[in-house]
Amino acid sequence: MKRKIPLIITFVVGLLVITSDFIPHKPFGTLVSGLENWFMIISAFAILLGTLSLIKVSVLKIKFKNENWKYYILTLVSFFVMLLFGLFWGTKTQSGLFGHGEAISSIIGLKPFDYLFENIYEHLQATMFSLLAFFIASAAYRAFIAKSFESNLLLGAAILVMLGGTSIGSYLTGWLPESLKFLHLPNIAAFIMKYPNTAGQRAIIVGAGLGIIGSSLRIILGIERSYLGGS
Amino acid sequence: MTNNKKVKQIDRRIIFLLIFIGVALPLLITIGFKIEVTENVQKAYDLVNSLPPNTKVLISFDYDPASKPELHPMAKAVVKHCLERDYQIICTALWPMGVRMCSDTFESLEKDFPNKKYGIDFVNLGYKVGGKITIQKMGRDFRSVFPTDTGGINIDEMPIMDGVTDFSDLGFVFSFSAGDPGIKDWVMIAHDTYSVLTSGGTTGVSAPAMLPYVNEQGQLTGLLGALKAAAEYELLIDSPGSATNGMDAQSIAHLIIIIFIVIGNVNFYKNRKKNRERG
Repeated sequence: MKRKIPLIITFVVGLLVITSDFIPHKPFGTLVSGLENWFMIISAFAILLGTLSLIKVSVLKIKFKNENWKYYILTLVSFFVMLLFGLFWGTKTQSGLFGHGEAISSIIGLKPFDYLFENIYEHLQATMFSLLAFFIASAAYRAFIAKSFESNLLLGAAILVMLGGTSIGSYLTGWLPESLKFLHLPNIAAFIMKYPNTAGQRAIIVGAGLGIIGSSLRIILGIERSYLGGS
Repeated sequence: MTNNKKVKQIDRRIIFLLIFIGVALPLLITIGFKIEVTENVQKAYDLVNSLPPNTKVLISFDYDPASKPELHPMAKAVVKHCLERDYQIICTALWPMGVRMCSDTFESLEKDFPNKKYGIDFVNLGYKVGGKITIQKMGRDFRSVFPTDTGGINIDEMPIMDGVTDFSDLGFVFSFSAGDPGIKDWVMIAHDTYSVLTSGGTTGVSAPAMLPYVNEQGQLTGLLGALKAAAEYELLIDSPGSATNGMDAQSIAHLIIIIFIVIGNVNFYKNRKKNRERG
């Protein structure tokens, strides 16, 4: 019973959603609208679950002094500082438990939460993403080696797209006459992106789509049961 | 002896240093490389440029500060263009941090458009969890998904929301997306199910995967891919900004990477030749 009821619910809900796509009228439209509400509510609870999980994992790592446990203290401190600042004085448009925190805002220029967000969080995230430029440069130097026909093809395409995707590409071949404009680097890059890339991407999209249909059918029909947990 | 030695790899710290200089210097000293407008950016621009004033449009901020350097300039350019065209902009976010990206965009344009009023010319409805399902729900009943704005004000009290019940009341949807949920979800639901004109902007790494949706069926009407597209859009609206400045840095960084790739290959062939000579 413990496994049968979830399987029946999955089957009925799956059929209902599929049917509503073909018959978007009463009662299917109304029922699916209700299911959409459920989904959004459950998803919102997932955020809470994620937060609790973060706290639990961090506390356990600190308690048992696992490797790099000191970083988890930092995680928890950062988490609670942002949480409490948000709760006490709110954010840009919303007030907190203690109002808008005008006294603090007059000193630091912003509400405490916004101050930390704009001056620390935003820059930390942008820095992490920007570091990619350095690692990509180093990785490209080591990995982009023309060893075989395929790697030559990849290397050639990569260089053309990289040059064509920048202003330097326009500058390098901008002098070409109109009759040879197809050799203009941005045009070559656009061609590679529009035809070979799109063809490959479409193949991936179609393949993934078929895979999703297959897995969805397996779940609806009760063949795939791993989401129920256990063996 | 020297001939038998392998050609040494360049120390990665030298690569890092040169990339740093290559990015930092053009940001300080403008080179001003020419920017050419590509087809997809032109299409997106034409879409934004094509509707009558007071059209209600939806702009979704589906990114966070990590992608801000790449997506924020294009968001600013498109929003600026919409404000110049006197559209009424309804902002939403499928990413939690997108709410702040939206408010930041409008704050940065406040000086240029002092007469534009919140609730009349633009509104920030905030974040809703659920991605594709949320969009689907918006298509059925917009007001039930966003009953209030980020400040808790009932949308019935805002003139901008008068008559907005579903996607058919919108001129177009424009999503700035750094991943999932994002443009793909807007295409699948807003365009494919509810036939709203849809366009978007995305990061350089995501753009190739979005290009198949720019097709004859018009699933996406143009696409802004990466900083270059943002610079092109700035050029089209004649308002050079951070993307235009950043293009010089990006161009030099790409050139440095290409030079290192060439050096890496030369070293590889030199080593292979030496290995063969040694037998």
